[in-house]
Amino acid sequence: MAILSKEEAQAILKKVIGYSTSDECMVSLRGAQEGNIRYARNAVSTAGESSTMDLSVSAVYGKRVGTASINEFDDESLQKVVKRAEELAKLAPENPEYMPALDPQQYEESPTYVESTAAIDPLKRAEMVGDSLAVSKADSLEAAGFLNNSKGFRAIMNSKGLFAYNKSTDVSFSVTIRNQEGTGSGYVSNSFNDVAKLDTGALSKIAATKAKTSAGARAIEPGKYTVILEPLAVSDMVGWLARGFDARSADEGRSYMSKKGGGTRLGEQLFDEKISIYTDPTNPELPSATWDMEGVPVKKTTWVENGVVKNLEYSRYWAAQQGVEPLPFGAGGRGFGGGGGLIIPGGSASLEEMISTTERGVLVTRFWYIRSVDPQTLLLTGLTRDGTFYIENGKIQFPVKNFRFNESPVIMLNNVEELGKTVRSGNILVPPMKIRDFTFTSLSDAI
Amino acid sequence: MNRKNFIRASGLGLGAYLLGDLPAFGRTIAPEAALERLEVGKKKELADIALQEARAKGASYADVRIGRYLNQAIFTREKQVRNMANTESYGIGIRVLVDGCWGFAATDRMSKESIAQTTGLAVAIAKGNARFMTEPVQLAPQKGVGDVSWNTPIERNAFEVPIADKIDLLMEANAAAMSNGASFVTSTLMMVNEQKYFANTDGSYIDQDIHRIWPTFTVTGVNKASGKFESRDALSAPRGMGYEYLTAGRPYQVGGSPVALYKDHYDLVADAVAAAKQVKEKFNAKSIQPGKYDLVLDPTHLGLTIHESTGHPTELDRVLGYEANYAGTSFLTLDKWKSGKFNYGSKLVNVVADRSQKGSLGAVGYDDEGVPAQQWDIIKDGILVNYQTIRDQAHIIGLAASQGCCYADSWNSIQFQRMPNVSLQPNPQQRSVEDLIKDVEKGIYIMGRGSYSIDQQRYNFQFGGQLFYEISQGKIVGMLKDVAYQSNTQEFWNSMVDIADKEDYRLFGTFSDGKGQPSQASAVSHGSSTARFNGVNVINTARSIG
Repeated sequence: MAILSKEEAQAILKKVIGYSTSDECMVSLRGAQEGNIRYARNAVSTAGESSTMDLSVSAVYGKRVGTASINEFDDESLQKVVKRAEELAKLAPENPEYMPALDPQQYEESPTYVESTAAIDPLKRAEMVGDSLAVSKADSLEAAGFLNNSKGFRAIMNSKGLFAYNKSTDVSFSVTIRNQEGTGSGYVSNSFNDVAKLDTGALSKIAATKAKTSAGARAIEPGKYTVILEPLAVSDMVGWLARGFDARSADEGRSYMSKKGGGTRLGEQLFDEKISIYTDPTNPELPSATWDMEGVPVKKTTWVENGVVKNLEYSRYWAAQQGVEPLPFGAGGRGFGGGGGLIIPGGSASLEEMISTTERGVLVTRFWYIRSVDPQTLLLTGLTRDGTFYIENGKIQFPVKNFRFNESPVIMLNNVEELGKTVRSGNILVPPMKIRDFTFTSLSDAI
Repeated sequence: MNRKNFIRASGLGLGAYLLGDLPAFGRTIAPEAALERLEVGKKKELADIALQEARAKGASYADVRIGRYLNQAIFTREKQVRNMANTESYGIGIRVLVDGCWGFAATDRMSKESIAQTTGLAVAIAKGNARFMTEPVQLAPQKGVGDVSWNTPIERNAFEVPIADKIDLLMEANAAAMSNGASFVTSTLMMVNEQKYFANTDGSYIDQDIHRIWPTFTVTGVNKASGKFESRDALSAPRGMGYEYLTAGRPYQVGGSPVALYKDHYDLVADAVAAAKQVKEKFNAKSIQPGKYDLVLDPTHLGLTIHESTGHPTELDRVLGYEANYAGTSFLTLDKWKSGKFNYGSKLVNVVADRSQKGSLGAVGYDDEGVPAQQWDIIKDGILVNYQTIRDQAHIIGLAASQGCCYADSWNSIQFQRMPNVSLQPNPQQRSVEDLIKDVEKGIYIMGRGSYSIDQQRYNFQFGGQLFYEISQGKIVGMLKDVAYQSNTQEFWNSMVDIADKEDYRLFGTFSDGKGQPSQASAVSHGSSTARFNGVNVINTARSIG
C-alpha cells in the first residue's frame, strides 16, 4: 500500500481536488517503507521497519492558507480532510508572500528508483550487516554501524491541473570500527540509490584498516597545514556552502553571498578557478526528483563556474520581487540533507597520487561536530575524526592526534592545490582535495 | 534534527503542506482537536492485547507505549506569520524481550488485530536478531506500580490559549525589535504535549501528560555599506511549563550587569527590545584580543557547556560503545569511575542528575520503561561518582535498579538511554554574581547560547555565546565581539574557582538533543548559577573573505 504507482496516486489526488471548493487547492501525497538495523559492540542492538502514507491538503482563499493531513484514504476521509483544510484557511492570517498555484509544467525523467534496492528485506539487511561484522570479528576489532534502506513516492497536484510524481529508493550504510584497546578508530559511510553499488564488507575493510593504522597517534603542533581531505571530509565542509546560495538572504545583506555596499556576489570570483559547482537531478550517481514541492521544474544548474558565482536560488516569491525567473536549488533543498545534491567536478588523480606529490601535510578521513562560528564569513569549527595521518616526502608517515579546526569553506576553496576524482559521498558528489593553509587551532585527545 | 534545520525546513519558500515532512510532527489537526483526550480505560484495553500476545509468543518481558504527541508551532518574521503547524501523531510501540534479545515494532493502526500482528512482528524481529547476539539482555528488576498517573504541573495549558493571542505576542515582540533598530526579526513559539500511556508485564499501567514550551527569536541588524551583519538570539529557555512561562514577570537583574535576565517567567517583548539595542552595540564592540581570560559564565550560556561536557560523557551507553558510530564514545571510562578518585573538576563542582525537577524539560513521573523519576549525584566534590542508566545497563555499574533514563521521542521510536536534567549545584555559601565579577582582573562575562562543538569523546570543546562583556579590574567595561573559548573538559572544570549561590540558580534548556540511529530528539534542562573559570584560552573568530 505504501508505494503507489503514478496512476494510482493521480487518481487519489484528482478525487481530492474534485472535493475542493476553495479558490485554490494543493494536494500532496507521499508514502514510504523504511527498514534499518543498528549494531554496536559486534552485535545487533536494534532493528525496525515502518511503513507510512499520508495526504496533505492546502486550501487557499485569497492569501489565506489552511493545511490539514490524513492517513486514511476512503472517500469520506478524503472529503473530511478537504473540509478541515478549508475551515483552517478561513481562520488563518493572510500570508503576504503567498504565490498563486502554478500552471501545469513539463518535467524531465530521473533514474531515482532501482528495483533491487526496493526489494531489500530484513534478511538482506541482516546479510549485509553480517558481511560487516565478519570483517571486524576476523581482525578482533569492534564494529558499530547502521544500515538503513527506503523506498518511497511523492506526488503533488493543484487545482490548476499541475501534477508531478516521483518514486525513489535509497540505501545508506555507515560503520565505525575500533580496536579493542580503544586506541584506533576508522569510519566509512555512503548512500546509493542502487544497492548493487554498496559492498558493506569492502567498506568495512577500509574502516578496519583505518582502525589499525590510526592506533598510536602522535601529537603534532596545531597550525596551518596543507591537508588532503578525503571525499567524506570534503563533503562535511562544502555542504555548508549550499545555505549561502539563497538569493533573498544575500539581497537582505545577511549571508556570505552579500556584497559590501549592498547586493550580492553574483558574478564575483569567490573561489579558486579550479572550483565549479552544479546540481543535476538527472545525474545517474545522484538522481533526485525533477520538481520542487510547489511544482517548479528542477533542472541542471551551474552555481559556480571556474570560481565565479553564476546563479543564486530564487523562490517564486523572491523572484517576483526581484523581477527574475524562479530558480530552485533542488528537490533536496539547501542546507539540510548534507548539501542538497551539490556536484563538484574533479580531476583524474587518485588519493595515492595526491599523497605522493605532497611534501608535508595531513590526510583527513572525515570531520565531526561542525558548527558555524560566524555566518558573515562562513567560519566553521569542528574536529578531525577516525583516521588523521601525517604525510612527509610523499608518504604517510604516522597517525596523528585529532585536531580542532577553525576554517571557512569559502577560504578553503580559494586555497585549492589539486582535485582528485569525483565520487559520491552521502548526498553530494565531490573529489578529494588538496588544500593549503588549512587552520588547525588545537589538539584533541579523542580517538 | 538540530534547531536550525528544524526552523529551516518549515520556513521560507516552502508550502505549509510540507510540515508533515518533519519527523517531530505528525498529522495536521485543528487546534481544538488537541484538547480531546483518549480515555485511560481504552488505552489499558489496547495495551493488554499486546502484553497478552507477547507472553503467548514467548516473551519474558514486554512493554507497550501508546503515545499521542501534539505539537503546535508558529513561525513569524517581521510583520507576518511564515508558518503555523498544529499536528498530532498517535500510535503504539511494542517492545519485547525474547530469549534474551530485544525486538520492537510499531503501528498507527489501532485495531486489536493490528496490535496483535505488530506484537508478532516485534517477536519475530527479536528472534531474527538473536543470531547476532553476543550476550543476553539483563533487565534490572522494577516492581510494577499498578494504575498511576502523572502530569506536568502547569498553570495554563498552552494548547488552550487561542492561536490569535500567540500570534499577537510574537508580532508585538517583532514590532518592538524593529522599532528599536532591527533590520530583521524572526520569532517562533513551539509547544509540545506528550500524552503517553505505558504498560508492561511487570504490572505497571502509567498514564502521563507532559508539557513543554519554547519561545525564541533572532534579531538581526544589517549595515549594507560595510557589508556587515550582527544578530542576537533570545535569552529565553525552553521549559517544562505551560503558557504561564510567558506571563511577563520582573526580570532578574544581576548587579552591575547591563543585561536583563529571566527565571521562571520570560518577557519576550522586553528581551526583543534589549536584543535590538544590543545588536546595534555589537557593530561598534571591541574585537577580542586572543589570550587567556577568566570567564564568568551566565546560566543562559553555561547550560550548554554542562550539556556537552558533563551530560553526554556520563551517558553509560556512550561509555560502553553503543553510540560509537554516531554521537561517539566517552572519555569517562569505567576504570575512571571505579577508581573513585577521578578528578573531573574542582571541589566546587557538584553535578546532580534529576528527572523530577519542577519546570524542567526532563521532568516526568516515570520513564519510558516504567521506572519512577529520581535524583542522584554524578559528580560529587569534583569526583566522578555515577553515570546515567536504564534497566538493561544497571547491572554493569553494580546497581540493583535503573536510574530511570529511558526515553523514546515517539511511539514509533525505540526507547533508549537519554540524558536526564544534569545540573551544576549552586554555592552553599552566600555569593552573588557581583561578588564573582568584583574579583576578576581580566575577564569576559558571557551570556546566551552560541556556536558549540565538542569531540566524540568529549575532551576538546569550543563555545561561543550571544553577548560578551569585558571585565577589567572587577568591573564590566564594555561589549566585546568575535569571542570563542577552547578548552579540555577536565582542565576546564578544574579551573572553576567560584560559583554564585542559589539565588542566581536558573534553568537552561534544549528542545532537540540528537542521539541514536535513526536519530531521536530529546528535551533536557540544565540548571546552574553563574560560575567563574580561570585562565581559559580565548580565540578571535573574525576572518575576511574579501
